Amino acid sequence: MSIGPHLLSVADLGPEGIAEVLEVTDSFVEVSAREIPKVPALRGRTVATVFFEDSTRTRLSFETAARRLSADVANLSVGTSSVAKGESVRDTVQTIDAMGVDALVVRHRSAGVPHQVSAWVSAAVVNAGDGAHEHPTQALLDCYTLRARRGSLKGARILVVGDVAHSRVARSNVWAFDALGAEVCLVAPPTLLPPSLQGWPVRVSHDLDAELGDADVVYLLRLQRERQVGALLPSVREYTRGFGLTRDRARRLGPDALVLHPGPMNRGVEIAAEVAEGPASVITEQVANGVAVRMAVLFLLLGAAG
Amino acid sequence: MRGPTGVLVRGGTVLDATGPRRADVAVAGTRVVGVGPDLAAPAGWVVLDAGGCVVAPGLVDLHTHLRQPGREEAETVETGARAAALGGFTAVVAMPNTEPAIDGAEVVREVQELARGACCHVAVAGAITRGRAGEALAPMAEMAELGVRLFTDDGRGVQDPGLMRRALEYSSALGVGLAQHCEDEALAAGGAMHEGAWSARLGVPGVPAEAEEVMVRRDLALARRTAPLGARLHLQHLSTAGALAALRQARAEGLAVTAEATPHHLALTDAELAGYDPVYKVNPPLRPESDRQALVAAVADGTVDAIATDHAPHPPEAKELALDEAPPGVVGLETALPVALQALGADIGAILALMSWRPARIAGLEATQGGPVAEGRPANLCVVDLAAPWVLDPARLASRSRNTPFAGRRFEARVRHTLVAGEPVVVDAEARR
Repeated sequence: MSIGPHLLSVADLGPEGIAEVLEVTDSFVEVSAREIPKVPALRGRTVATVFFEDSTRTRLSFETAARRLSADVANLSVGTSSVAKGESVRDTVQTIDAMGVDALVVRHRSAGVPHQVSAWVSAAVVNAGDGAHEHPTQALLDCYTLRARRGSLKGARILVVGDVAHSRVARSNVWAFDALGAEVCLVAPPTLLPPSLQGWPVRVSHDLDAELGDADVVYLLRLQRERQVGALLPSVREYTRGFGLTRDRARRLGPDALVLHPGPMNRGVEIAAEVAEGPASVITEQVANGVAVRMAVLFLLLGAAG
Repeated sequence: MRGPTGVLVRGGTVLDATGPRRADVAVAGTRVVGVGPDLAAPAGWVVLDAGGCVVAPGLVDLHTHLRQPGREEAETVETGARAAALGGFTAVVAMPNTEPAIDGAEVVREVQELARGACCHVAVAGAITRGRAGEALAPMAEMAELGVRLFTDDGRGVQDPGLMRRALEYSSALGVGLAQHCEDEALAAGGAMHEGAWSARLGVPGVPAEAEEVMVRRDLALARRTAPLGARLHLQHLSTAGALAALRQARAEGLAVTAEATPHHLALTDAELAGYDPVYKVNPPLRPESDRQALVAAVADGTVDAIATDHAPHPPEAKELALDEAPPGVVGLETALPVALQALGADIGAILALMSWRPARIAGLEATQGGPVAEGRPANLCVVDLAAPWVLDPARLASRSRNTPFAGRRFEARVRHTLVAGEPVVVDAEARR
């Protein structure tokens, strides 16, 4: 097993680690399709989801994955926990760790918290999204989805469109796409790009219309309206005008082009409703594959250790 | 323990602004009473071995956070001054960002009172503005009357240029200096580390280099305008090539502005943040290697006048927060000299200029600190062994806090003895009280 003891970033996984997760995911996709989608792989193990920031979707996906592996599931969210009473992250995770859990699935609004947690606990730590840093399982499920549709990502021209600067999804996907041989182009206004792209395996464009015709994949990032408008963008309307995947733009995509979005979507902002539900969209498959990918990750981190 | 009748520092090489010479140093009461080869120790005197060591004017730190009043869990005047003495400092300038801020006579007196029994001299810096809020001038004259010679809102730069101009004008009549924390808050907003390749990769909000450069350029312009009045501006903990270039140019024009750099900015870069450890979070942030090299060059060519620690103690729980939530700062008093020697690769004479006599002048302490080691002078001395290897164990720091970025680092030089007003407060690298 080449992954572990934690999954903190895609960058740590490397091409072999990613390939291994995707390979194991295949078998769990098969499990998920069964009438009773459950295997005893992690029976007796406990997976705790510790979310210091709300995310119903990601938490549900991890918990479903753990249950399908027959693991016990515990969950702690900031609103219902002692964190709200001023307990430190360290005390919180060490308390849970002391109960004997095998994996901590951690989400936090600040970059780096899963790294810090991994030094404080004996359980395996899975990063379920940390600030603007990474969201590794999202990237893995995106790669799986694309591979399932296309066979390979080698040479695929992928546009990552939108708020790359504040996106943990982008910071995981860029490295995962690159590891699998895709060509990545970031498409955004300059204010939504990271302050430096030194060392990033990407091309940059500020012109979505110029890029669309050649694209094999359009990956749309969520626009965090409350944060971006005013300071970084003049208006949502102007953003959509330049960078939204509207119906008109979607018509210019090639016949085999695919559209992805990590959710939750701002319909009518970064993606038109008709496009989200159109033939190019694989957004629902992303969600379905998310459970299988997370099963693979939990299995690889915990399965061999018992 | 108030000193014995006399102390003889024997066998060392005396090194001050006048140069090196082999000499013993005799100290009686609070003063140096003899400097020369092979002095005899009268009966009852304490003899401190300085064989193979440099005997120098004590170090002076322009930038120390003693945290008292208000944050005694992090540091007190007593523990901070002890840490300072162990680091070879005989005087420190205590920053006013306490709770409450040192922004009037009452708090100045309180800290001066706390400093009465401290291991080294504690010079109190006052705030430029009331509550360090950047809105109204603090009563600088009443603080100056109590001996305050340096004013700063450190931790926050004075954002309002009109207010900074008036502060420079007002202070000029008092014979005091203003020290600025050079950071434009609008540009720096929310940043937790240097904005650059590392912050972009780590997904951590950044502080651009321009946040410092913009403020330095603004203040240099204001200093140019107010210099004829006698206003004195000191730029704290500079960290960027852009700010240093602006400073170099201003000094070439003859502007009498001074500046400091910290040991950690000379020794470390933003690559340290790769593991998200908040112990490396400082303000201004650690910068990339190119800025670090520019800083080393600016210290070497005299553009930067002084090395100052920005000793900023924090309790362990504060440095276990997320990187973007943790408070900035590292402790530095006990490692400043060896780190500076290591980072600059300079000879000890150059380092002492940066850490003793030049900062003593900037702090307005030249009457008692940093002066030549000569008969009749106040005996504020440090004895440094340049070949005494040691490894830093944070648990052994005398500071109440442990937030050092140099844990486990091996150093060559060590402060062996420190004499403050004639009293050996540190002997053989141990504090005597």
